[in-house]
Amino acid sequence: MSVITYRDALNQALREEMQRDDRVFLMGEEVAVYQGAYKVSKGLLQEFGEMRVVDTPITELGFAGVGVGAAMVGLRPVIEFMTWNFALLAIDQVVNAAAKMLYMSGGQYPMPMVFRGPNGAALQLAAQHSQAWESWLAHIPGLKVITPATPYDAKGMLKAAIRDDNPVVVLEGEMLYNTKGEVPDGDYIVPIGKAEVKREGEHCTLVAHGKTVLMALQVADALEKEGIRVEVVDLRTIRPMDVETIAASVRKTNRAVVLEEGWEVCGVGAQVVDYVQRHCFDHLDAPILRVHQEDVPMPYAKNLERTAKPDVAKTIAAIRQVMYLPTA
Amino acid sequence: MAKKKTPPRSEPSFGETDAPTRASLLHSMLLQRRFEERCAEAYALGRIGGFCHLYIGQEACGTGAISLLRDDDYVITTYRDHGQALARGLTPRAVMSELFGRSDGCSRGKGGSMHLFDRNTNFLGGHGIVGGHVPIATGVGFAIKYRGTDQVILCFMGESVVNTGAFHEALNMAALWKLPVVYIIENNRYGMGTALERASAIHDIYQRGAAYDMPRAQVDGQDVLMVRAAVAEAIHRARTQSIPTLLEVRTYRFMGHSMSDAVSGTYRTKQELEEYMKRDPIHVLRAHMEERGEIDDAGMTALDEEIKAVVQDAWDFAEASPEPALESLWEDVMVETTT
Ligand SMILES: Cc1ncc(C[n+]2csc(CCOP(=O)(O)OP(=O)(O)O)c2C)c(N)n1
Ligand SMILES: [Mg+2]
Repeated sequence: MSVITYRDALNQALREEMQRDDRVFLMGEEVAVYQGAYKVSKGLLQEFGEMRVVDTPITELGFAGVGVGAAMVGLRPVIEFMTWNFALLAIDQVVNAAAKMLYMSGGQYPMPMVFRGPNGAALQLAAQHSQAWESWLAHIPGLKVITPATPYDAKGMLKAAIRDDNPVVVLEGEMLYNTKGEVPDGDYIVPIGKAEVKREGEHCTLVAHGKTVLMALQVADALEKEGIRVEVVDLRTIRPMDVETIAASVRKTNRAVVLEEGWEVCGVGAQVVDYVQRHCFDHLDAPILRVHQEDVPMPYAKNLERTAKPDVAKTIAAIRQVMYLPTA
Repeated sequence: MAKKKTPPRSEPSFGETDAPTRASLLHSMLLQRRFEERCAEAYALGRIGGFCHLYIGQEACGTGAISLLRDDDYVITTYRDHGQALARGLTPRAVMSELFGRSDGCSRGKGGSMHLFDRNTNFLGGHGIVGGHVPIATGVGFAIKYRGTDQVILCFMGESVVNTGAFHEALNMAALWKLPVVYIIENNRYGMGTALERASAIHDIYQRGAAYDMPRAQVDGQDVLMVRAAVAEAIHRARTQSIPTLLEVRTYRFMGHSMSDAVSGTYRTKQELEEYMKRDPIHVLRAHMEERGEIDDAGMTALDEEIKAVVQDAWDFAEASPEPALESLWEDVMVETTT
């Protein structure tokens, strides 16, 4: 075990998988010479050369398609989007090609590939650069969608994604890259499709994923002081969602709040609520509440941005409400 | 919006300048320079946040081109938009307030550095997705032709844009339908850390225009008078014959890609940077003017002092401008439909 950053954990996963399997290559903007826009691919060009660590022009649609083509004939591409905001330009290849090639071909063409990059808002990047796309992507049959929150999960899940024979969307976080945690030095896998209880508690379940897991843990810390023990469930994978882990927690706590970075309408939380009402109807003591971004494009001004984003205070208020406690 | 039509300036002689025009070009470029030097300072102090891309070194491109426009013409550009906004006549106060995220900002604090907009000057925005605004410019050209006016639109972009699909689609339609758009590539040789030669199969990128049979030219972007001459011809063609043009303006950025990127490093050397900085567009124009006896050291100092005061005023104004009201967070998502 070493304590390393989320960024370095991803870097280790890429390096180890590229050492393990020479069909794996990394392609995207600034991944090679510049060592990655966020330095996730640091040192990889030097180790693996320019055939396997490939800088592209600014052509998201084009290089996502190049990845699809290479995967069709046996390579295992890792396609990096500088951020998922720019992946919108490539969405045709992700949705219309990668996600359905296997199905359209009656099982002849699996798509063993990864689309990865930072997702969600950072600070004051305004409307076009501050968007969380997991609910859009998770809508698509044929894709797996993962959102690792810790360095440990980042390394283990990216490795699982690269070894998966299906297209896997990896949603990282710019604000997560510098966070640190314990990570095993060698090989290990964190399976796709498994949620994890990141903090045990019996009073209320708080479901989160990606960056909001860190916020959820802060919420749990704060409420602990008042004797409220929150169980934090980290989804880790949005599709396929681990309904069993969520339901087991809610059966124990009888209450739930779902926290996410994205917008409310048709969001990830809506799907969680649907699963919970189907699986835990008789166990619920209160309606499930959701915490999310305000239903507006992200503004630039600091004060507006702060108000637009979900935060610890909003989450605490929601938990108090489902527990029928006076909101402070 | 109804707009008064001002007579075209200098167009028939294709950008020839007189002394007052040169003085106003110098004023505009120096204003942009001093303004952005203070932006860098404000960024370091945390007054400006997010991504902030400076135009320092490239001022001649926007200034020369925009100086030829009528009030009713349009401008659209990328996230590197401060210089062009000021050249187009947005006030330093409105721009600085936007960068500070304040309610008096030109986009009411919602856009920030990358998204300066101003309806009064037909400034159709700074856009953050590389290539995304190029079809929008074509659309504005379409609307001009549709309404049958003789307006034009200038569309600025970085050289990386030519590799995007949007660029190709947009230029093909503009040529096919003969739309009054002047596409201006500001070739500063790098897209973030990627040299042009590592991203484009051809290096004289104005030749991309050949694919659309579009008039095209390469221009020295450090000399504002050369920029004016080339853009004037293109505007004339757009206005009188509704023919689009592709211009490649060769320039260089003196700063990092954005305030969060290194000025030089893995992708370009310090020597290269210093070499290019010898052709500072402000010095080039000043030399033209000195030759003609239009400015001397004292005149330059006086101008500089005057401009620094304007920029200080913008800073003070922005700092005093209130933060946007929290209710405004939920405004502007949609308008009330009135029909
Ligand atoms: C579609 C898309 N991909 C990636 C980015 C990230 N990005 C922002 S600016 C930039 C480089 C653009 O270079 P260029 O067009 O030459 O303009 P310059 O910054 O040099 O003015 C990149 C890759 C983006 N904004 N949009
Ligand atoms: Mg460039």
